[in-house]
Amino acid sequence: MPDKLPVTVLTGYLGAGKTTLLNRILSEPHGHKYAVIVNEFGEVGIDNDLIVGADEEIFEMNNGCVCCTVRGDLVRIIDGLMRRKGKFDAIILETTGLADPAPVAQTFFIDDNIGRKAKLDAVVAVADAKWLKDRLKDAPEAKNQIAFADVILLNKTDLVASDELGELEARIRGINPYAKLHKTQRCNIALLEVLGRNAFDLDRILDIEPEFLADATHHHQDHDHHHEHEDGHHHHHGGGLKHYHDEEMQSVSLKTVDPIDPDKFFPWVQDLVQKEGPNILRCKGILSFKDDDERFVFQGVHMILDGDHQRPWQPGEKRESRIIFIGRNLPEAKIREGFAACVA
Amino acid sequence: MTDTRADIPSVVARTRPLAAGAPVVAAHFLQETAVFVLGEEALLLLPRADEARRPTVHAGAVLSSAANATRVVTGGDDGKVVATDAEGKSTTVATDTGRRWIDHVAVGPSGALAWSAGKDAFVRASTGAARTLALPSTVGGLAFAPKGLRLAIAHYNGLTLWFPNALTEPERLAWKGSHLGALVSPDGRFVITSMQEPALHGWRLADRKDMRMSGYSARVRSLDFSVGGKWLATSGSRELILWPFQGKDGPMGKTPRVLAPAEVQAEVVASHPKQDVVAVGYADGLVLLVRIEDGAEILARKGTGAPIAALAWSASGTALAFGAEDGEAGVIDLG
Repeated sequence: MPDKLPVTVLTGYLGAGKTTLLNRILSEPHGHKYAVIVNEFGEVGIDNDLIVGADEEIFEMNNGCVCCTVRGDLVRIIDGLMRRKGKFDAIILETTGLADPAPVAQTFFIDDNIGRKAKLDAVVAVADAKWLKDRLKDAPEAKNQIAFADVILLNKTDLVASDELGELEARIRGINPYAKLHKTQRCNIALLEVLGRNAFDLDRILDIEPEFLADATHHHQDHDHHHEHEDGHHHHHGGGLKHYHDEEMQSVSLKTVDPIDPDKFFPWVQDLVQKEGPNILRCKGILSFKDDDERFVFQGVHMILDGDHQRPWQPGEKRESRIIFIGRNLPEAKIREGFAACVA
Repeated sequence: MTDTRADIPSVVARTRPLAAGAPVVAAHFLQETAVFVLGEEALLLLPRADEARRPTVHAGAVLSSAANATRVVTGGDDGKVVATDAEGKSTTVATDTGRRWIDHVAVGPSGALAWSAGKDAFVRASTGAARTLALPSTVGGLAFAPKGLRLAIAHYNGLTLWFPNALTEPERLAWKGSHLGALVSPDGRFVITSMQEPALHGWRLADRKDMRMSGYSARVRSLDFSVGGKWLATSGSRELILWPFQGKDGPMGKTPRVLAPAEVQAEVVASHPKQDVVAVGYADGLVLLVRIEDGAEILARKGTGAPIAALAWSASGTALAFGAEDGEAGVIDLG
């Protein structure tokens, strides 16, 4: 099976700095060649013969599910690019400032032809430190992008005071405690933090886990800044972060050491995403099933779930099941209750 | 697991192998010359009794192709529509003014030609200038009706039937979802689209009655009517799926015939031009010739490699060309 081409999705509200990041990626001497899918020609200042214009055509499926959408233009463009796959190493997709990342991600799950040849690497969201607070109030798209992201660049940090920055971080964490958060100016970031993340690789779900589930219950009182900064780059903040609970967008984290009954779990999770799918942006989890020596991992976008046995549990490894949901107005009590009932 | 079909009759020994040196994305025949469309830039022509030649036709990816008896027409990401004859002589038929990708091409009766770029479809009769039709969304597929100048255009939420020479407005056939390929039955009574989800949709043109053909495990990317249009052969499953089109209602209320099961997906189907036989190419490189009447199989290529991406019969039905995603190709002489 030939390697699948990684696709990195750049999101971010208008003016946050997506194009700056894209130009940085293309101009640094990394020795890689990227095919680039953009919405506006001309904004990209770098010569690249593999630039394709996208149309952001969002197509619903004929299955009565309003959130089962694909980006029709991507189905076409990625298929076309694959004909030249010896000519580049990865694809970078820039979305418009108002775009919803979900149809992009779902394209890779729904279209088997695309899924066979390309894989989603990560959704990167660029946020403007000066305006993010306002956008989180008035632009649902901006909040969506933060909630969906695997990597968040809080950009233009030079334009805000440090206490304001701490508050912004806390607001981002209130929405999405699991993404890698970087503070940048002019999108100045090591490209390894943005590219080659394997954020959608089922095998990698655990690798990002210790941070993302260290304390994922989202609105405790005054705990420390447990989340992020595992790379030790920028430890600016002295005291603990304030913790914000976003009224609309939250995450729910569940865990148990009791083995799970797959015959209870799968019907429950299927039913949950059927009913709450439009509100669930992303979910992922690791499961320890009863009488099963292999670890099961899964992830999902809205109603689409993808899961598989990953590897045997190691001797001495703690057999714990852990799941997270990120979404809008999630019925947390109901989810907790439902998961608890899946114990074997 | 590899399916070698060791116990069935084989024509593998009659293969003239060819290493295309690049992924093969489609195959056609111009008389006795097999034409392999490569993913990038070139065609590979293999005359029956001569060396292969490799004309360059596009400056980039070759996105689409179609053929009649005398020329292969290709659309590229260089915005060009190029026609190439059996000698390898190429002519640029059209260049998109915006240099957009030529996503689809189709050839029709009497030398008519159609192509699409984004939301625009173009038709050119054998003589005269091209005409344009703007569609509501990006064109997913093109097909000419067997007679007259009629073009079926698949797109989001349905299909448009365009009669470029008539004064009438294009007809729109609605069906929710994204339609990614179009095919008109040889008798012109039915039009079929392949959808984003694993299903086909069809309309009986006389009364626009809808037909749903579902049950697939993957998006159907290859479909072809058998000789005379009695059966519609399709990929999209780990078997050859054949929908009956003999009766006046087509496949409505009927179940398909399911033949040639394998361990991997059927990727490409190509119907024999004279007999009720379908060549099926699978994801492991296996190629089978399957008789529709009784499901009898002949091994044409062992399943030990990359997915089959292209199959084509010569007009006489005495040669079958195959091409795989890894560039392995060949022509099987059945004469």
